[in-house]
Amino acid sequence: MSEELIKTDAVIVGAGPVGLFAVFELGLVDIKAHLIDILDRPGGQCTELYPEKPIYDVPALAVVTGQELTDKLMEQIKPFGAEFHFNQRVDTLERLDGGFRLTTDLGKRFECKIVIVAAGGGSFTPKRPPLPGIEAYEDKSVFYSVRKMENFRGRDVLIVGGGDSALDWTLNLQPVAKSLTLVHRRAEFRAAPASVQKMLALVESGDVNFKLGQVTELHGDNGQLRSVTVKGADGETFEQKTEIMMPFFGLTMKLGPVADWGIQLNENLIPVDTAKFETSEPRIFAIGDINTYPGKLKLILSGFHEAALMAQAAHKYVYPDKKLIFQYTTSSSSLQKKLGVK
Amino acid sequence: MAKITFIQNDGTERVVEAEPGMTVMEAAVKNSVAGIAAECGGACACATCHVYVDEAWREATGTPEQMEEDMLDFAFDIREESRLSCQIKVTDALDGLVVRIPTKQF
Repeated sequence: MSEELIKTDAVIVGAGPVGLFAVFELGLVDIKAHLIDILDRPGGQCTELYPEKPIYDVPALAVVTGQELTDKLMEQIKPFGAEFHFNQRVDTLERLDGGFRLTTDLGKRFECKIVIVAAGGGSFTPKRPPLPGIEAYEDKSVFYSVRKMENFRGRDVLIVGGGDSALDWTLNLQPVAKSLTLVHRRAEFRAAPASVQKMLALVESGDVNFKLGQVTELHGDNGQLRSVTVKGADGETFEQKTEIMMPFFGLTMKLGPVADWGIQLNENLIPVDTAKFETSEPRIFAIGDINTYPGKLKLILSGFHEAALMAQAAHKYVYPDKKLIFQYTTSSSSLQKKLGVK
Repeated sequence: MAKITFIQNDGTERVVEAEPGMTVMEAAVKNSVAGIAAECGGACACATCHVYVDEAWREATGTPEQMEEDMLDFAFDIREESRLSCQIKVTDALDGLVVRIPTKQF
């Protein structure tokens, strides 16, 4: 657990396109921001779900891919030196006098004056296979990630899936596990070719047990897995003994801990006013796909607009004694100085 | 226009009209058919619009391309008749198409 405490003006929860553009708009009014995201890189859904897919409705860009848009935004916000904290999720929000303390699941702590929730469809979390009773096994013998390899030492481990996560963990855990079984629905793998080669070599040498099929049932007691039922490619079922199962079926979006921050919610969205984009809680703003208001459209361009208005409203919390004068980047020498173009 | 029938796991049926050119997923979402989550909005990136194509329609709807087959790895309870509905384009030839929706997308 990290003991680091970071003090800053603003924390932006979510580094998708709208969170990134918020850095720009906040930067113009001298508000420094840190961004926190559960993913390992900026871009949110744009880079996680459709990096190569064209987007046609970003103003002035007739066509742009999710990755290109993210790269362009990163370039645009460079002058403001925002800091990124990836691979972590903000778990708790405590109220302080004139601000908040946020703590991530990695133990990183932030003290800030304002919070901007730009969490899109929510936090990307591993998909839970709809196997009856799986909840009871989670965190005891069913895991979606590896926190400590040591917990897997000397155990019978079963991994389900054929993508990069499934194969990476097959390769990483095989040396420490007592036995490693990989279950996948087909003999093809969409993972990096090098990982596939290594895995196949381990199957060849008898160090990894590969089974073609799909897990259909779990068996065990008190959260401790004993075996799983696998439906083989031939339609016949068989039982596979195991102590641990790790399913890798990709990611889905869940609202997550934001729901516990005392902000008023409406069907997993955060209601805001359309002048300031502030939530029911003063100093907490919500922009982009996660917010809702009459006429809301879940468009990147709407999120950009929301970021601009949010920044104007946020200014008074960070600089209570300063009057904010609206300026254009085209003509204002002070804005141009901030952008590093003058 | 093509009529598409969506059959839920409990047997309830919904018939919707779809315009040629749109996808079966879009036809479902536009008509609020339950059980088609389509989280990624049709980018073939989430596997939450999984359907089972009725036996009689399997030839007409064709087989998944590589990208779709890969993405099906992220869906649950895959069968031979599994498809991602965002990858089935509606044509006049699909008028009368019947697809079944899995118990749960995830």
